[in-house]
Amino acid sequence: MCAEEKKTDGEAYKITNLEILEAESIQIMREVVAEFERPVMLYSVGKDSSVMVHLARKAFHPGKIPFPLLHVDTSYKFPEMYAFRDQYTKDIGADLRVHRNEEAIAAGANPWDWGTVKCCGALKTQALLTALKEGGYDAAFGGARRDEEKSRAKERIYSFRDAHGQWDPKNQRPELWDLYNSRMNQGESIRVFPISNWTELDVWHYIHLEKIPVVPMYFAREQEMVTRGKHLIPVGAKTRLLPGETSEMIMCRFRTLGCYPCTGAIRSNALTVPDIIEEMMVVRDSERITRIIDFDQDSSMETKKREGYF
Amino acid sequence: MPIEELLQQNRDADLLRFTTAGSVDDGKSTLIGRLLSDSKCIYEDQLAAMERDSKKLNREEVDLALLMDGLKSEREQGITIDVAYRYFSTPRRRFVIADTPGHEQYTRNMVTGASTANLAIVLIDARNGVLTQSKRHGFIASLLGIPHVIVAVNKMDLVDYSEEVYEEIKEEYVNFMAKLDIRDLCYIPISALRGDNVVNPGDNMPWYKGATLLSHLESVYIASDRNLIDLRFPVQYVNRPNLDFRGYCGTVASGVIRPGDQVVAMPSGQTSRVKSIVSFDGDKEYAFPPESVTLCLEDERDISRGDMLCHPGNVPHMTREVEAMLVWMSETPFSLNKPYFIKHTTNTVRGSFKELSYRVNPNNLHREDADSLDLNEIGRVSLELFRPIMCDAYSRNHSTGSFVVIDLMSNSTVAAGMIIDREHARGVPEESAEPVSKNIHREAGLVSASDRERLLGHKPATIWLTGLSGSGKSTIGKDLEKRLVDEGVACYILDGDNVRHGLNRELGFSAQDRKENIRRIAEVARLFNEAGLVVVTAFISPYRDDREAARRIIGEDHFVEVFVDTPIELCEQRDPKGLYKRARSGEIGEFTGVTAPYEEPKEPQLRLPTGDLTVDAATEEIVAYLRQQGVIPQIG
Repeated sequence: MCAEEKKTDGEAYKITNLEILEAESIQIMREVVAEFERPVMLYSVGKDSSVMVHLARKAFHPGKIPFPLLHVDTSYKFPEMYAFRDQYTKDIGADLRVHRNEEAIAAGANPWDWGTVKCCGALKTQALLTALKEGGYDAAFGGARRDEEKSRAKERIYSFRDAHGQWDPKNQRPELWDLYNSRMNQGESIRVFPISNWTELDVWHYIHLEKIPVVPMYFAREQEMVTRGKHLIPVGAKTRLLPGETSEMIMCRFRTLGCYPCTGAIRSNALTVPDIIEEMMVVRDSERITRIIDFDQDSSMETKKREGYF
Repeated sequence: MPIEELLQQNRDADLLRFTTAGSVDDGKSTLIGRLLSDSKCIYEDQLAAMERDSKKLNREEVDLALLMDGLKSEREQGITIDVAYRYFSTPRRRFVIADTPGHEQYTRNMVTGASTANLAIVLIDARNGVLTQSKRHGFIASLLGIPHVIVAVNKMDLVDYSEEVYEEIKEEYVNFMAKLDIRDLCYIPISALRGDNVVNPGDNMPWYKGATLLSHLESVYIASDRNLIDLRFPVQYVNRPNLDFRGYCGTVASGVIRPGDQVVAMPSGQTSRVKSIVSFDGDKEYAFPPESVTLCLEDERDISRGDMLCHPGNVPHMTREVEAMLVWMSETPFSLNKPYFIKHTTNTVRGSFKELSYRVNPNNLHREDADSLDLNEIGRVSLELFRPIMCDAYSRNHSTGSFVVIDLMSNSTVAAGMIIDREHARGVPEESAEPVSKNIHREAGLVSASDRERLLGHKPATIWLTGLSGSGKSTIGKDLEKRLVDEGVACYILDGDNVRHGLNRELGFSAQDRKENIRRIAEVARLFNEAGLVVVTAFISPYRDDREAARRIIGEDHFVEVFVDTPIELCEQRDPKGLYKRARSGEIGEFTGVTAPYEEPKEPQLRLPTGDLTVDAATEEIVAYLRQQGVIPQIG
């Protein structure tokens, strides 16, 4: 044994939290590509998707990402999200597919009249299921993290779905070590969550270290908002002011990005990624508080997931 | 703190994965809630949701456990059903908690959570003491090879923070855990509800001088738990984006790899050198576990997913037969001789179980005969694979020593397996096992047994002395050896002194090792018998099966079983090496007669009640028996 080999436990083999998470995510993505016929990555344009796509680039370097990115578009995303989506996927040479539930959009699906439950059901869940079916995809990567929400804490890395895309939390496959069971019957599929073990802070920290581009809406600026209950809602072309409401200019940013009628902002002065990290270290609310849809019914995330949401 | 420092701190933080196991009311969820809330990792909206749910479910106090139980049915029933993963961090470390329900029927969840854990917290309710469930948790931690275990004696507030209660529980658990293989075990008295010794020490237990739970979690040293010696690189995916590039992607399971290293691809045996370790951020100087990397080799080789790259001279076992501990995880029971998929590293092969040696009762560690394994049962099996796999013992390498079993029909994951050291596995399947190499044949010599008998003037035999520690086996054995040699009989004693230091030096005192110890002694005795010698053995040999195995190896004709029958009270009184005392105090884990069974011979050729016999008289009885059997000549 040469002298160099002796420094076993020292700095040479130190591995940090983010390095472990990165290695785990890459291992998962490669495993799926090796074992499935038609994988696809659900791309929602948000920060978690950005990280996931970046990890996929790393996993298959020097090649391109060997599967398409699928954006299930509700038509209610912010204009900046669309712009970012198109530019970023072009820059990295990714194969972007967009799917919309045109039928529901034509029927005028919107959260104000349909209610959030029905609107999400049509534009997100149903659209996703149709897109997966039409694409013949047998595995779909999603950027969900277990720390986001209570029912997600019980989600597997490989989340098995029946022929209708439904999730049965009480009948999940045990997942041991890094051995994932990819066996399925015809018509069944899996959702794969390669960044399950990342927290919001990990995501931002990784974005900082790896200089990953994100939608500028995550950074604070002065914008026209309306205060509704506890939520700060942006006033856009289609956002209707309710009787008695007035808009005002507020310095704020988005912590998560969803559909504009249902995504709230937070008051913030964070202009850079380090600012955001600093803010997060003192923030006292979890990120999903800015999503109106999570409060629409008891155990609402669990219900959505059971029905096929990811 | 300036943001640069904060970023640096975050960047340097490492990751500890731990699992928590406790029975239904041990306060596990409360403990996790406490860790999260005291380390300021619960958000206000989560706290608000918890308060709202507490009111809705008519709980008197805000129930920290409600934060943990993610599924609706769990919150309603107040129990945890499935493994849940939680995240929190301190400036020094990030933590992932695999929170698993502790009840028997959830063994599979506990095993799942334990499979990736660096550390386990076993919770014991101070009011109830050590329950069978607490033992099961310790057993599972040991089975899954978790290197660090913290036993948290909880609800100390409900026993008036009594040091005595804590010490009693600790002592009992120490005794139990001594039978198991846990490298680092520590005990902490806590109150999850009141917070004592969880994050802050509190004032209620000044008698406890150790670290708090969190400070222990933050400081436990895990870097050396990895295997950095044996290079194992299971090829996961071959990356060929264009004709000029062929990269082998995978996660370094163990060992360290560098450009220039010579590697051998298993199973083909082709060799090459590592040209480069390619990454998105540029070539790497070396890679180590658990990094996911891409290797390029100097030469074009036919290597695909499922192959394994290793250093020549340090390769895994390539085998179609493995011995393993199996945890059954399905409602559909285990079947012998039925094909299953076995997923091992990046390989999926068919295989079937040829034998179920025994089932372990995790509550008392007893081995039980069993025909099958039901959900949550654990047993030892022989697995035959339709194609060879490259594996190591789980104890040496978790990545190459573990596998999952998948049902061919339902596609469910039905079991998890941990491969047992093959060197042991070879020895253990009894004396009837085929030699490992098929090219070994017994060579008939030119000298017959009767030639040897004529030379020595007596027949060969093995006098197998069995009995408790301190029963007088060695004393009688040595006396007997002297008597026989004096009489002109070629006799030799095998005892711990001449066997444990050489031939069997690597064996310990687990049931497994004792079994192998006895097998080797029997094989040596047989060789000595074949050479014409009379052999005396003086070993406790507590298990009937093992002695029967020895009888079969040595042969009925030559085997004389002598039961040195001394009451344990007397043995304990004699206690020449002070072993009973140490065993009673818990200092020695598994000790025959105290914490491990002694199975008395049913029909020994001789029974020597040494309570009533002198050494002389005992020796005389054996000599008389040998004369009577015609092993040694009659006097005159």
